[in-house]
Amino acid sequence: MTLSCRHLLGIKDLTANDIAVILQTAQQFKEVLQRPIKKVPSLRDVTIVNLFFENSTRTRISFELAEKRLSADTINFTASGSSVSKGETLLDTVNNILSMKVDMVVMRHSASGAPHFLAKHIPAAIINAGDGINEHPTQALLDAFSISEKLGKLEGTKVAIIGDILHSRVAQSNIHLLKKMGAEIIICGPPTLIPKYIQEAFDVRVEYNLRKALEWCDVANVLRIQLERQNQVLFSSLREYNLAYGISKKLLNSLSKPITIMHPGPINRGVELDSDVADSDQSIILQQVENGVAVRMAVLYLLANRQS
Amino acid sequence: MKSLLNSQQIGLTIKRLANQILENHTPLSNTAIIGIQPRGIALSDRVVKEIAAETGTAVPFYGKLDITFYRDDLRSAIHLPSNVDMPFSIEGKKVVLIDDVLYTGRTIRAALDALMDFGRPAKVELLVLIDRRYSRQLPIQPNYTGKSIDSIISQKVKVLWQQKDGTDEVVLLDEI
Repeated sequence: MTLSCRHLLGIKDLTANDIAVILQTAQQFKEVLQRPIKKVPSLRDVTIVNLFFENSTRTRISFELAEKRLSADTINFTASGSSVSKGETLLDTVNNILSMKVDMVVMRHSASGAPHFLAKHIPAAIINAGDGINEHPTQALLDAFSISEKLGKLEGTKVAIIGDILHSRVAQSNIHLLKKMGAEIIICGPPTLIPKYIQEAFDVRVEYNLRKALEWCDVANVLRIQLERQNQVLFSSLREYNLAYGISKKLLNSLSKPITIMHPGPINRGVELDSDVADSDQSIILQQVENGVAVRMAVLYLLANRQS
Repeated sequence: MKSLLNSQQIGLTIKRLANQILENHTPLSNTAIIGIQPRGIALSDRVVKEIAAETGTAVPFYGKLDITFYRDDLRSAIHLPSNVDMPFSIEGKKVVLIDDVLYTGRTIRAALDALMDFGRPAKVELLVLIDRRYSRQLPIQPNYTGKSIDSIISQKVKVLWQQKDGTDEVVLLDEI
């Protein structure tokens, strides 16, 4: 009936039961968000700091809204404009904030494992909002929530994860989650953007042909090409990537059945997704964003209660 | 273990409670009947059915309220929420809240907070099957009571329902 962990560092550490509890609780918070008064007093006495050492629009706003809808007090911290630029270490920064009596930490950091490091050294509950190329657990949870909302179930659902797998924490969290919940997965993308041992490591199928992957799947989760993390040339040009792996309306219409299109955002329009696909009624990209608030409320609610 | 109400007595009590609501709320066009999740629902389902049988028409406003997010003991235990089903506005309506057992009064306190998030009712009344008087921690009293009992804190009142537990019965358990 409760979560098996004190922090949400990654989907890797969760059990299938944990995931089911979070998704079920999120369902109730989604109902709260449709009321005229979209707020409950559950976390009235909890203070949460949002530590964003890396840029974010959706995740930061979504966490902040989730916290406010739960009546928690929130503090926002962004690395730019802080004492990080004066050379303060991560642990010092966090310990200084915690000494002002903060109960929970939501953190995004460009270094993989940063929240795991913090979890070893500080008493507060930590929620990973994305760490480097490791995990982005709340994104995978909201993706799963959106899939089961659209298709009615996760188990047995065929999901194609397409694009820049190599640099994607979203892909890794999604693979962990979908496997734990019994969905089928195909990884698709150019060979240079797919980690060499992924097939053995995760026991997933790899497909280099986009059309074959789309023909097979019920849901295509299309990932962003992360140019900021690429320090070498992995494909010749964005135009060439679009020609081989971009999803166009023409390609979508030529498939034997309609599939659902997802994207964690921000979209590179005209690269991984054409505009008319992103805005089509097969796309649930904006529903994903909407569900994100309910899912994050569930995570905050369940972890805040683990503290006493 | 001591039996407080048997199946036949529960049936008669529910019939009486339904009639008492009708006495004060006819016509039902401005009254909302709201069961409290999870344990109040079996009772509210029966009361609503009884009212419908008596009047010959379905109860116009019947909702289900979950109070988990409004509890005052969130720090001490995890409670998982149940479904909320409030397909109407309660603004200006007379509300009858229904729960199986009234004990400390804390559930009803939370229910009142939860209710106000759905609008401003004209009036709120409380119906319970069992009233454990002398156990109250808050100034809350029922308007309609199935049976009042005297019990001590170490005892537990359990309401069993046909659909879930195979029989309708209210029992008093002595916890060791």
